[in-house]
Amino acid sequence: MSLKVDITKAQGDFTLKASFEAKNGLSVVFGPSGAGKTTLIRAIAGLEAPDAGRIALGQETLFEAGKRNVPPHARQIGYVFQEPRLFPHMSVEKNLRFSGRFKRGAPDEETARRIIDMLGIGHLLERRPAKLSGGEQGRVALGRALLARPRLLLADEPLAALDPARKAELLPYFERLRDAREMPILYVTHSVSELGRLASQVLTFEQGKLTGVRQGEEVLADPAIMPGGVRGVGALVHARLVAQHEDGLSELEAGGARLFLPRIDQQIGAALRLRIAAQDVILSRAEPQGLSALNILKGTVRRLRIGTGPGAIVSLETAAGEIQARITRRSARALALAEGVEAYAIVKTVSVAREDIGPDG
Amino acid sequence: MSWLGPEEWQAVLLSLKVAFWATLLSLPLATWVAHVLARKSFPGHGLLNGLVHLPLVLPPVVTGYLLLMAFGAQGPAGRVLDALGMPIAFRWTGAVLAAAVMAFPLVVRAIRLSIEAVDPKLEEAAATLGASRRMQFVTVTLPMALPGVLAGAVLGFAKAMGEFGATITFVSNIPGETQTLPLAVHDFLQVPGGENAALRLVLIAVVIAMGALFASEWLARRMARRVSGA
Repeated sequence: MSLKVDITKAQGDFTLKASFEAKNGLSVVFGPSGAGKTTLIRAIAGLEAPDAGRIALGQETLFEAGKRNVPPHARQIGYVFQEPRLFPHMSVEKNLRFSGRFKRGAPDEETARRIIDMLGIGHLLERRPAKLSGGEQGRVALGRALLARPRLLLADEPLAALDPARKAELLPYFERLRDAREMPILYVTHSVSELGRLASQVLTFEQGKLTGVRQGEEVLADPAIMPGGVRGVGALVHARLVAQHEDGLSELEAGGARLFLPRIDQQIGAALRLRIAAQDVILSRAEPQGLSALNILKGTVRRLRIGTGPGAIVSLETAAGEIQARITRRSARALALAEGVEAYAIVKTVSVAREDIGPDG
Repeated sequence: MSWLGPEEWQAVLLSLKVAFWATLLSLPLATWVAHVLARKSFPGHGLLNGLVHLPLVLPPVVTGYLLLMAFGAQGPAGRVLDALGMPIAFRWTGAVLAAAVMAFPLVVRAIRLSIEAVDPKLEEAAATLGASRRMQFVTVTLPMALPGVLAGAVLGFAKAMGEFGATITFVSNIPGETQTLPLAVHDFLQVPGGENAALRLVLIAVVIAMGALFASEWLARRMARRVSGA
């Protein structure tokens, strides 16, 4: 299934303009609040009509200005809202099976079971939504959308209203959906750590305009897109868990390079992705000796980007992929850093945040 | 009941019958109108709103007279009903219509408020799950607004029980046919020595009204618990 969008819609003081294609797998729609992200996915769901353009899912045209506008209930598109929006007058089970009452029909019992088991909500079926925790409500809302046999899943900042513990509880389910690649998923967020955990393809938005369709690594390294500019920049490293050590560290392997991180509860051999913030990386021209930091990656400077302030971003090509380091312009000058120069990136073991480590598809 | 005369007893039963049918008949239409007023925007929204509220602000006698003009033997609607063999002017069925029209704005108001209290975001969620507009109303909006529908029904029932002006103008005051409880009280107060009978009817009216209020309060609390799931 492939989603093709090419629409414009005037919205308050800006005009939403987006043209892209999304295939099976997860695409993150990324941008600051008020950039038109929600308007975009509401239009795809049929909750708002664009002024012009076309939306197609597979072979079906869902919207064509002046010609066709399939109502939301006939679009068969799953929508996970920012709030759970569970029906308070129904049990969890009735909420989950709600879509089965309509023309679209219920999924077969085995699929329904699988989804309910995957989300771990089987023991909640008798309860009312008001009796659930925030994380449970989020899981039920996701389950309800999946049980509606969606051809496309839209998620509008589904974690934004949750506290960190609840976020950590819910995010793995989206990672599983990403890796299952059963349908296109558009996941709206303005959170850098969610972007790092989920992204493969990223649609970046600013002022209502789609500014690019790029890979997650590129977007995370771009100070023009990251909130906070050079301060928000980071690298996405794809690694494999190779050993659990007795002193509480996990050993990872990324393109031949070794990384040591605080214990990660995953199976040996698991594919992981970690976001390493540029400000947690320091650079050295000589091979460091007698240093407490365990993670030292040798590489070649690929790019040097000077920010508006005193900072600069150095992109270092290493065995583990491109690593970003945020240093001062003064240091960049003192180290005589330039394209092609060799350097060592030093990452403190404890500096990678738990929320920035997740399974990789 | 021995302490009620046959005429008084008749008036009580007739009032209950009229109020029951008036409530039952106005409820579906009132729910639909309330939903339209609460959720849709269209040209003529204000006009419909005004029309619905008209019986609330017009003198009841005027409403009764308008009903008589429309549904009386010479009225356009009256002629149609006559031809169909079911005239309503000066019949108890006419009293039902008068009571229903007078109660309508109150019923619509109560239901409209409870529909407006239902978060439209839930209807959107239902839409993305495959519910058409009609099914969104049936499966989400209406069940959640049920306490308000009940409140509207009780309010309508009480109003219908007490309706006087429009009823007496439209269907007159015929014992056994259109003489409802308030009309009977009025009659008893016109004749010397009727005070005792009037007082008995007044007591019954109070008991019925209080009973309806308590019953609705109890039901509403039960329903609200069920709806909110708390």
